[in-house]
Amino acid sequence: MYFHYCGIPILIFFCERVKIYRRNNAISHNKLLFQCFYNRCSAPAYHLILEGILILWIIRLLFSKTYKLQERSDLTEKEKEELIEEWQPEPLVPLVSKDHPSLSYDVVTGPPSHRIIVNGKECINFASFNFLGLLDSERVKLKALSSLKKYGVGTCGPRGFYGTFDVHLELEERLAKFMRTEEAIIYSYGFATIASAIPAYSKRGDIVFVDEAACFSIQKGLQASRSFVKYFKHNDMEDLERLLKEQEIEDQKNPRKARVIRRFIVVEGLYINAADICPLPELVKLKYKYKVRIFLEESMSFGVLGEHGRGVTEHFGVNIDDIDLISANMENALASIGGFCCGRSFVIDHQRLSGQGYCFSASLPPMLASAAIEALNIMEEDPGNNIYIHKNKCILPSSLIYGGFCRTPGLKTVGEPLTPALHLQLENSTGSRTNDLKLLRAIVDYSLDRQIALTLARYLDKEERFLPPPSIRVVVTVEQTQEEMEKAAQCIREAAVKILK
Amino acid sequence: MTQNSASKLLNGDALHRTKQDKKAGGNGFVKNRCLFQQKRYRRPAEKNHHASCTLLYKKTFVESFEETPLLVAVLTYMGYGILTIFGYLRDFLRDWKFEKCHLAREREEQKDFVPLYQDFENFYTRNLYMRIRDNWNRPICSVPGAKMDLVERVTPDYNWTFEHTGNVLKDVINMGSYNYLGFAENTGTCADAASECTVKYGVGVSSTRQEIGNLDKHKELEKLVARFLGVESSMAFGMGFATNSMNIPALTGKGGLILSDELNHVSLVLGARLSGSTIRVFKHNNMQNLEKLLRDAIVHGQPRTHRPWKKILILVEGIYSMEGSILRLPEVIALKKKYKAYLYLDEAHSIGALGPRGRGVVDYFGLDPSDVDIMMGTFTKSFGAAGGYIGGKKELIDYLCLHSHSAVHATSMSPPITQQIITSMKCIMGEDGTTLGQERLCQLSENTTYFRRRLHEMGFIIYGNNDSPVVPLMLYMPAKIGAFGREMLKRNIGTVVVGFPATPIIESRARFCVSAAHTREMLDKALNAISEVGDLLQLKYSRKNRHGSEGTDCFSFLESHQD
Repeated sequence: MYFHYCGIPILIFFCERVKIYRRNNAISHNKLLFQCFYNRCSAPAYHLILEGILILWIIRLLFSKTYKLQERSDLTEKEKEELIEEWQPEPLVPLVSKDHPSLSYDVVTGPPSHRIIVNGKECINFASFNFLGLLDSERVKLKALSSLKKYGVGTCGPRGFYGTFDVHLELEERLAKFMRTEEAIIYSYGFATIASAIPAYSKRGDIVFVDEAACFSIQKGLQASRSFVKYFKHNDMEDLERLLKEQEIEDQKNPRKARVIRRFIVVEGLYINAADICPLPELVKLKYKYKVRIFLEESMSFGVLGEHGRGVTEHFGVNIDDIDLISANMENALASIGGFCCGRSFVIDHQRLSGQGYCFSASLPPMLASAAIEALNIMEEDPGNNIYIHKNKCILPSSLIYGGFCRTPGLKTVGEPLTPALHLQLENSTGSRTNDLKLLRAIVDYSLDRQIALTLARYLDKEERFLPPPSIRVVVTVEQTQEEMEKAAQCIREAAVKILK
Repeated sequence: MTQNSASKLLNGDALHRTKQDKKAGGNGFVKNRCLFQQKRYRRPAEKNHHASCTLLYKKTFVESFEETPLLVAVLTYMGYGILTIFGYLRDFLRDWKFEKCHLAREREEQKDFVPLYQDFENFYTRNLYMRIRDNWNRPICSVPGAKMDLVERVTPDYNWTFEHTGNVLKDVINMGSYNYLGFAENTGTCADAASECTVKYGVGVSSTRQEIGNLDKHKELEKLVARFLGVESSMAFGMGFATNSMNIPALTGKGGLILSDELNHVSLVLGARLSGSTIRVFKHNNMQNLEKLLRDAIVHGQPRTHRPWKKILILVEGIYSMEGSILRLPEVIALKKKYKAYLYLDEAHSIGALGPRGRGVVDYFGLDPSDVDIMMGTFTKSFGAAGGYIGGKKELIDYLCLHSHSAVHATSMSPPITQQIITSMKCIMGEDGTTLGQERLCQLSENTTYFRRRLHEMGFIIYGNNDSPVVPLMLYMPAKIGAFGREMLKRNIGTVVVGFPATPIIESRARFCVSAAHTREMLDKALNAISEVGDLLQLKYSRKNRHGSEGTDCFSFLESHQD
C-alpha cells in the first residue's frame, strides 16, 4: 500500500484543466498537447510560475521515497523501547498439574512381548499391536543380531548420502514381491510414512476426500499438503458420492481449472479408531466413476487381513493395481520399526525425491530392516494360511473374542469380529470426558492387578479432527490362548460390574 | 557465565548509549537501542565473520564464505542454460519417439485421470538429475565407519536403471556419513550392549509411549540425556525428523510467531508450518536481521489484528549441515533474553561433534544450557543410532509427555537402538570408566582442524566455521558435481555432492564429514585425492592468501589453538 496522498488532488486538478481546454477549443486528441503548450506561452506570467511550481511539486512527489502505511506508526525509539519492555509473552507451555492422569506412563520392565511386566506386575499382553507375535520370535532376533554384527546399529546418513544399505534394497524388493506390486519404498518411522506420502502428491489447490475416522498421521499428512480437505462420514459411501457429485458440478462450472486439480480419496484399510474395515470394492467403483485416486493406509490390516496377510485388497479380492498407493507401518504385524509404501513404479518412485520423511531423514537401521525381512519370511512360509486368520478361524471362535467382550454390562464393543484391535466404550457416558476416562482407567487398573494388561486408546484431545469417544483398546494376538482370552473377558466383566455398577 | 557475559554486553551497550544520549541530548532522540549494530544487510564481498561482539566470545569465531568468483558464476549459469536447452531438445525427441523414454508410465486405465504430476515438475529430475544420479543412493554393504564397502553398480541406460554386478568396492574411505565420533561400529562395547539388548527385548515395541510402549530402557535413556545436556528433564523420540515436525506444533500455534533461519532443515520448516503460527525468515546466522525482525514483531504485533504476539519462538540449528557454519549462540541468547523470545535449538549435527565435552554448541561456547528453552538433537549422527530428543525444563517435558504427537501416536524407540545411545553417551561422558570418549572428541577436533587447514592451503573455497566437522567444498558448476563424485570414487573415496535444490542454484558443493574414526593416513589419502581431482576439474578457486600470515587471519588462531 503505497500512497502519494498529495499527488491525487493535483492530478485531478490537471485532468480537469485538460478537459476544460478540450471542451473550449474542441480540438482533436493528438493536437491537444501542442495546443496546451501554445496556450501556456500566451498565458500571464503569474500563471506560468504557479503551474511551474505545481509541475515541480509533482516531480518531487514522483521521485520522493515511498513509504509503507504500517511504518507510519510515528513511534519514537523510546516508545518502541517501552513497547518492547512492556510485552510479556505467554509461557512457553501451560503448566501441567502434577497429578494429571496421563502424566505417569505405565512403565514396562523387560520386553513388551506376550508376557509383559507393567508397573512391576506380570501380565498377559492385550495392549501391544504385536498381532503375529513376531516380537518374541527367536528367528527374527537372530537375524537382527547377525545384521548388527555386520552393519552396526545406526546408518549415519539419509538414503541419498551413503545411508542406503543392501538390506534396504532387499527389504523393498521383498515387500513389493509380497504385496505383488511393482515397487515399494521404506521409511524409517511408521508415523512419517503416510504423513510424508500424502504431501508428495497432493499439493495446494488439490482436493482430498477423507474418512472422518482417519488416523492422526493421515491428518498430519493432509495438513502438510495444504490441500483442500473434504471429510465424509465414516464408511458412508453415499456421503462420499454426494461430495464427489458436488465436486463434479463444481468442475463443470470451471472445466479449465478442473483439468489440473488432482483428487484423492484417503482411507484406512482397517480403522485404528473405529476398528472396522473400509468398503474397498465400492471405493474402487467410485474411483473409476469420478476419476479419483485412492490412497490406502493399511497399518492395522497388513499381515492381518486376507489369506496371505496382504491386507484389505486381498480380503476383498480387489486388484491391487487399482489402488494407487498403499502405505503401512512395519511396527505392528512385522514387529520391527518403520513403514513402507507400495504401488506402481509410476507413483512410488516419485517419493524418492519428494517424500520428505524419506529424503531428509536418516535411513532405517539395517538391523531393523533385517528383522522385517525375517518377519516377512515367517509370514510367507505358511502358504495359503495367514497365521492370524488361521488362528482366528480355527482356534478361537470369533464369538469368544467378540462375544466375550460384548456381554460385558455397561460397556459396548466397537469393531468388527475380524479386527484384531477392538474398542470397549462406556454404554452410558457420565457426560464428562475426564470422568469417563477415569472410569475406564479404573477398569484397566483392575485388570492389571489380575494379570491382564490393557490400555486406554490415547488421543490428543485438542488436535484430533474428530475425537473418538474414550475407550479401552483390546488387542488380540496369535499368542493368546483360549484360556487367556476367557480370563481376560471374565476379568473385564468383573471390573465393569464392580466399577460401573 | 552467560548471564555475566550477556549483562556485560548490555552494560557496555548501556554505557555507550548514555554517551549517545548526551550527544543527541538536544532533542532527546536516542538513535540506536539495538543490541547489535543495525546496518542494511547485503551480501558482503567477503563474509569473513570475525566475532563482532568480542565480549560474548571467549575465542575467535572465524567463519568464512568466500565470494563466488564472477567468471565462475557466469559460467555456472551458462552451464545450467546449456543443460536446459538440451533438456528441452531431449524432451522433444522423447515426445516424438525418437528417443526411448525410460520413465514409468501411467496405467492405460487411468490415462484420463488428472495427471498425477505436472510435466515441468519433473523436468529437472529427468534432464539434469538423471545424468548424475549415480552419485547418490550408492548402496553400501558394511558398517558406515571410516571405511566402508560399496556395492558396485553399472547402468546400461545412462542412469535410468542400475544393475548390481555382484562385486564389492572394498575399503572406500567414507567422507560422507555423519559418523562424527566414530560410533558406527559393529564391534566394541556399544555393539555388544545392543546385541545383549536385542536378545532380551527383541527389536520392536508395537505400541506408543502413552499406551504400553514405555519401556524401562526409555526411562533410563531420558534420564541420561537430561544429565548429558545439563537440563532438568528430557524426552526421546523414534525419529529425528519427526522430533522436529511433531513437537513444534505442540509448542506454538495460532497467534504465535516463529522466527526461522533461512537455511533451517526441512523438518524444522515442516514443524513450523504444521504449527499454524506465522513464520518469518531471517538471513542465515545474521543477528542484525534477527534483531530487526524481533523488534518489528514486538512493536507492530500481529498483522491486521495488531494484537501482540502470544509468543515468539526462534528456530535455529547448532551446525548448519550444508554450510558448515556454527550458530552465533551467545548473540542469539542475548537477543532472546532482551526480547523475551523462546529459543528452539536443533543440535542435529552439533551434539557430540562440538564442544570440549561433546555437549554441542552450548558447550562449545561455554554457555549455560538453561538459557536455551528447547534443546533438540538427534541420535543418528554422533551416537551412531537413530531417533531424536528434546531436553529442557521439567514443565516443558511434562507438557510434551501429554501433548507430543509422537508420544501419543507413534511407536516408541526400538530397544537395541536405545541401548546403543545409552552406551555411546556414557562413553562420551566418561562414565564407562575409560577415556575413550574424550579421546574421540579430541581426535575429531584435531582431524577437523587439520582437514580444513589443508584444504584451505590447497586453494579450495571452503565454507563454514573453522571448528565445524562439516566441510563444504565449493564446486559451483553442475557438470563438476557428477565429475567430482565419480573421480573421487575412482580413487576409492566416498563423498557427498549436493546441488540444487539442496543448495542455491549456483552454489553446488561437495561435502565432507570429518570423523574421529579417520586416521591421519586416511585423511592424507583423501586430501591427496581431493587435490588431484581439484587440479583435474580446476576447482581451486580461492583467491585468498593461501599461506597467509595476515594479522587476524584464521591461521594465527589455529596455530595457537594447536599448541
